[in-house]
Amino acid sequence: MITKRIIPCLDVRDGRVVKGVNFEGLRDMADPVEMARYYNRSGADELVFYDITASVEKRALFTDVLRRVASEIFIPLTVGGGINTLDDFDRVLKCGADKVSVNSGAIRSPALIDEAARRYGSQCVVLSMDVRRVDGELHIFARGGRDDTGIDALEWARQGVERGAGELVVNSIDTDGVKNGFDLEMLDAIAAVAPVPIIASGGAGCMEDFARLFTHPGIDAGLAASIFHTRQVEIGQLKQYLARQGVEMRLAKGGADLWN
Amino acid sequence: MIAIVDYGVGNLFSLRSSLEYLGCDVCVTARASELRSASHIILPGVGAFGDAVARLQDTGLVPILREQAQKKPLLGICLGMQLLFDSSLEFGLHTGLGLIPGQVRPLAPRLEGSGLKVPHMGWNRLEILQNDPIFRDVENGEYVYYVHSFYAADCAGSTLATSPYGVAVPGMVKRGLVYGAQFHPEKSGDTGLRILRAFAGL
Repeated sequence: MITKRIIPCLDVRDGRVVKGVNFEGLRDMADPVEMARYYNRSGADELVFYDITASVEKRALFTDVLRRVASEIFIPLTVGGGINTLDDFDRVLKCGADKVSVNSGAIRSPALIDEAARRYGSQCVVLSMDVRRVDGELHIFARGGRDDTGIDALEWARQGVERGAGELVVNSIDTDGVKNGFDLEMLDAIAAVAPVPIIASGGAGCMEDFARLFTHPGIDAGLAASIFHTRQVEIGQLKQYLARQGVEMRLAKGGADLWN
Repeated sequence: MIAIVDYGVGNLFSLRSSLEYLGCDVCVTARASELRSASHIILPGVGAFGDAVARLQDTGLVPILREQAQKKPLLGICLGMQLLFDSSLEFGLHTGLGLIPGQVRPLAPRLEGSGLKVPHMGWNRLEILQNDPIFRDVENGEYVYYVHSFYAADCAGSTLATSPYGVAVPGMVKRGLVYGAQFHPEKSGDTGLRILRAFAGL
């Protein structure tokens, strides 16, 4: 059977990995290629790269980073950030991305999901959603979590899947950076309306948070950034721990002779 | 020299990178002469079967592939593996290369009521049924990465390994010098690299 996945997320700005807390106060962490090598060796099941570069001219820096990572890391790579057109899909796929994650671009133009799914297949299209509670409802936020679009998150998830998204990343702004556990209530609500793999994001603080996450059968993967980057949680140990809890995990066999 | 067949289907970046990472000489080509002079051939592919067969026919390489498959190791990956079979039922009936007996069929009807999602996407256990030099450096039960909605059926005699997903999905098949991997060895971490290294060493 398919394993549950552990996914480190690298937010890259100007060629460096950064990670925000509640999307504000970005802190510099490290070199993305070095970090990707480290995650590859430690058993990450997939890597997610978000390009949070603001300016178009710095975008070339990101594609260069991506190409370097993709030429020596042989696990699936998902790329997001600044994806607004099919040309953007093309640009990152040619640099070695396997899946492309859309967020604000799809909010502005939902047809982007349909077009990308038609051209590249649903397995290539990931809909990333930043969700926050507003007056007891789940709202979609745009522009890195800054703008309340007023769109109902459940309706958006349903629509995204109908349009052809093959996977959803659900990032709870309410729990992001707080390290007090995933937003299980939000995740369950969205998983119930979306018959595609759900990647949980936002709130992981310790190994137990992942164990709790995977008791929810609708959730396929757990994504986190800073706790992995700081090695507060080490991915190899996390996967061993989860396997002992009965969660199906791909445990690293080593491959020491292969990685330099 | 390992020749990767370029017929306009799929992204060859990772496949090429992984072989280069292993120190192999690689060319991405649509030329008959390069397929003839290569030591190994890899047939990649993503997308739909009918479209891929049509594109492969357009290159004029089909007779060359049939001829070279008798002479040197050939590996089809994902859709490239499915193309090796007699036929496929993906959006109508399509004829394949006929290098391995069997038919490619949709997973969905076999998974009804199981709660399993299509595509079969993610890391799954490779259960080795028949030992083979391609598994030289791989243990039974290692995980490989799949993304597909159709699977090879009626090919029990050629199946080297399967992965459980409602049905026993043929993961690696072989007939003569022709191998097929339904999973993506170029995306399967160190396990996949060890499989590619063993193929390159055949």
